[in-house]
Amino acid sequence: MTVLVEPMPWLRTAAFSLSLHAGLQAEPKACGGLGSLLCEMVQRGAGPYSSRDLVAVQDNLGIDRNSSVSTSMVSFNASMPADSLADAIRIYADTVRRPHLPGDQLDDAKQMAIQELHAIEDEPTQRVMLRLRELQYGPRLGRTPYGTIDSVEALTMDQLRGFYETNYHAGGSILAVAGRVDPGHIQLLAEELFGDLKTGVPIVQGKPNGEAVYEHIQSPSSQTHIAFSFDSLPYGHEHYFQRRAAVGILSDGMSSRLFDRVREKRGLCYTITANCHSLQQGGAVFVYAGTTPERAQETLDVAIREIENLPNDLDPSELDRWKVRVESSLIMEQESSASKASSMASDQLQLGRVMSTSEIEDIIASITAQGICDEWHRNPPGNYRIVTLGENPLRVPTNCSSKS
Amino acid sequence: MPEFRAVTLPSGLRIAAEVDRRGYSAAIGYFVHTGGRDEVDIESGASHFLEHMMFKGSAKRSAADVNRELDELGGQSNAYTSEEQTVYYATVLPKFQDRAVELLSDILSPALDEHEFNTERNVILEEIAKYEDQPPFGAFERAMEVYFGPRGVGRRVLGTAESIQAMTVDVMRDYFNRRYRPERIVLAATGNVDFDALVEMAEQHTQTWATRPSTSPLPPDQSDTLPDGIAIDPILDVPDASQTYLIRVSPGPSANSDDRYATRIMSTVVADEGGSRLFWELIDTGRAEVATMWPQEFSDTGAMFSYLACAPEDLASNRKLMDDVLQLSKEKGFERDEVQQAINKTVAGYIMQSERPSNSLFGLGSRWLYRNEYVSLDERLDRYRRLDENDLHRVAEKYITTDATEVLAAPVSEPSESTLT
Repeated sequence: MTVLVEPMPWLRTAAFSLSLHAGLQAEPKACGGLGSLLCEMVQRGAGPYSSRDLVAVQDNLGIDRNSSVSTSMVSFNASMPADSLADAIRIYADTVRRPHLPGDQLDDAKQMAIQELHAIEDEPTQRVMLRLRELQYGPRLGRTPYGTIDSVEALTMDQLRGFYETNYHAGGSILAVAGRVDPGHIQLLAEELFGDLKTGVPIVQGKPNGEAVYEHIQSPSSQTHIAFSFDSLPYGHEHYFQRRAAVGILSDGMSSRLFDRVREKRGLCYTITANCHSLQQGGAVFVYAGTTPERAQETLDVAIREIENLPNDLDPSELDRWKVRVESSLIMEQESSASKASSMASDQLQLGRVMSTSEIEDIIASITAQGICDEWHRNPPGNYRIVTLGENPLRVPTNCSSKS
Repeated sequence: MPEFRAVTLPSGLRIAAEVDRRGYSAAIGYFVHTGGRDEVDIESGASHFLEHMMFKGSAKRSAADVNRELDELGGQSNAYTSEEQTVYYATVLPKFQDRAVELLSDILSPALDEHEFNTERNVILEEIAKYEDQPPFGAFERAMEVYFGPRGVGRRVLGTAESIQAMTVDVMRDYFNRRYRPERIVLAATGNVDFDALVEMAEQHTQTWATRPSTSPLPPDQSDTLPDGIAIDPILDVPDASQTYLIRVSPGPSANSDDRYATRIMSTVVADEGGSRLFWELIDTGRAEVATMWPQEFSDTGAMFSYLACAPEDLASNRKLMDDVLQLSKEKGFERDEVQQAINKTVAGYIMQSERPSNSLFGLGSRWLYRNEYVSLDERLDRYRRLDENDLHRVAEKYITTDATEVLAAPVSEPSESTLT
């Protein structure tokens, strides 16, 4: 286990992120939803606590918490008044090391997961983005954390115990702590609580293998929901920040290209966003826009055109604005222990180390408009994966094979 | 400790700030006492549409200038409109304070250019369509309309597609001149703020606000008609919905009521999303996706909302379980431990939120806008810490009821599974 500590003595709070290599890529192929169901089950009683005790003790300590399962990791995140930190880490050591995994609660936990699947059915934005992720990264790395109703219903206690035994280990695990904390104290506490946690080798799948494809989901929705993606660079790649700056110029802020040229100048939509996303094995850019059917085709056409056109009229002032935005967010990160703990954990997973603020500042300062254009030409957007949901399918670039 | 400062300019514009010079950022916002409840039918949606138009240019800036300059400040800037206030805000590094105040002050005298107005109309129509696609598919707005009536507090903030299609620049300009007067506006700031510079900049850049032409109020709407695009049917048909969404509304405390703190904690014990009575009965067991209740406070009125989302076939059994939990809370009251747990959770939440100036801005601005009242964090925490199980039982008896206004969003094409009982 890697233990990372960032003292922020000016705060009243502390936060941590505890991550283990029990993500989606460790799930057996047919067991969709297994990692998430286990993440729920380990929190239904652990160590000396019943399920209700756990909630009561965490509430009384003032712990704001959440958990999630990503492609690589299961993560337990918590922030709290600083005095509660040591007790909180002890509780989570019980959670990941001594869960009761109560068989009599399996059906309830499955029903909870199925409720979530039904809720997603009613959320068109989430539906298109989850499907797009599968198309972008391929069925193995792009699988969703939710599984399907059939796959969740089929899961057994034996599978949960097996997945727990195989994957809840110290190999590649991360404890990132930030806030009003004493690093020496955290180090001793981590040794006491996790020093004898068994180790293991994280299960890692191969490369993303999605292909250019177009899928339309028929629906009587008010809007046509448009999502598309293309290959990009993962966090940690030497040119990642040039790519990130390019996507920032496209989508960060009210003067960004997509917001300005799709929404502000043409009034085509209310929401349009583009984001960089990274796995350990690869990266992609995901774009979403929601718009009524009569404006949908133009929205897709203009969005793709603006993305492909980026290097042709890039103005250095656009890069300058993005740099000010990054500078502000780096400084304001100092106001939040939760935000710092989470970015440390993410750095450790992707890079194997934590980047200092000054290192990031130096990289940002070194980015030039020419560098962004060169990178965009080296890896031009294309081979789009496209998902739409709405009344009618759209015309898409010719290299996308159509499925419905 | 943060220091509270306040001043009223000769124009009537009020300025209030909670200053903590140790902070990394400054949050600054204009709070305008206007929203959906201040509109008549032909203005339906004008407050929110106008909020968008503030970013579309002033006498000295084009729309592109406004967006570009906001981005040049880094940080976060945005705006929102509710039933009774419209807020424009920016969170910036302290070095950008003066520029942020000048820019926000300038955009609040909008050009209201006809071409920009017509383009933005489409964006508003898209925003309305977007919410129509999101659960619970307009059922909250419908519940407000049915409970409060489709005007006043119950008027939908975005307006309707019909009212937005019909909106004209002239109607909007009159609305602006009537509502955006300095005596109805508060400039609030939190965090690392230079208060004297804030006052000086505001004074300098809001001089013309007091000279806006006055317009007389429009005649009231005919209360025996429905505004265009409004229906008050308590059942919304969502043919392809996978779940059923039930919303109930009944009287609750206003933002002025002494009951509000106890009612918030009571709602936490009964109905919050993790560890409440409803959570253990309906969520932890996988019976429902959502089962919750909360007080919605307005300046002079309030409502208790409850919300249940589940499979259509489980609606009847889940609503019975929900009613039983609510009724038991009303009749038998609460245990000391669960009350303490909810207070500890709430107090810790406030302490954590207070670390970012942007989180403190909205409470500060709203309280000063409506009540000229400042309540420090410690004072707010004390008000929660003083509560006990008797206080919660009293408000449960007063506000919990199963005799509520109901709205259901459901696939009514399958009537046997989605009728109201």
